[in-house]
Amino acid sequence: MAVELYSEDFDPWALVARAERDIPAQARGAASVFVGRMRDFNEDDTVTGLFLEHYPGMTERELERIVAEAESRWPLLGCLVAHRVGDVRPGDALVLVATWSAHRIAARDACSDILERLKHEAPFWKRERLADGSDRWVEKNTPGF
Amino acid sequence: MTVTVHYFARLREEMGRADETAELPTESISVGDLWRHLHGDAPPERLMVAVNQEQAALDTLVRDGDEVAYFPPVTGG
Repeated sequence: MAVELYSEDFDPWALVARAERDIPAQARGAASVFVGRMRDFNEDDTVTGLFLEHYPGMTERELERIVAEAESRWPLLGCLVAHRVGDVRPGDALVLVATWSAHRIAARDACSDILERLKHEAPFWKRERLADGSDRWVEKNTPGF
Repeated sequence: MTVTVHYFARLREEMGRADETAELPTESISVGDLWRHLHGDAPPERLMVAVNQEQAALDTLVRDGDEVAYFPPVTGG
């Protein structure tokens, strides 16, 4: 299990490839990967930048708790959560959740559970920069659809 | 007792500071009373709190050396 925070743009697919090397290829029948990137729009407005504030220490601890609870519910061979913090530009990777298991349903359900809990519970706060130069704090995440 | 206090996000901006140290003549105080001591008014609605980086409530007791954080509802990752 690994939880990693990045203050610079990161390559989620390189992290997936790196994490997979630690899991025996013959055992990992299923990998489920979610990569979320920053859009350049939100609620009909053009967004030119995002500041992602976190609580150093507590944010990592909360993410580790979410992952540990998923590991207790599903038989996982590996799990990696990477999250961006600080100043983010449209197109940058924001979040990576990757899970490995012998079978597809455990990998897929665990990945989805970790992602949804992270989207609602993890101590992150978002401040958007709009095209006119103004800033606004985001009150809550948009629904996932 | 000495307590470290952190503020995050919109609250940090409204307070004009991210951190402060509180010195109190008592051995313990609730998170809500600590807010009243520092700011002279009741905690705002929807205030979230953590003690030693664990989610807590306004009636959670704080002791010497503890770390208290006040923040608005989280946006999530």
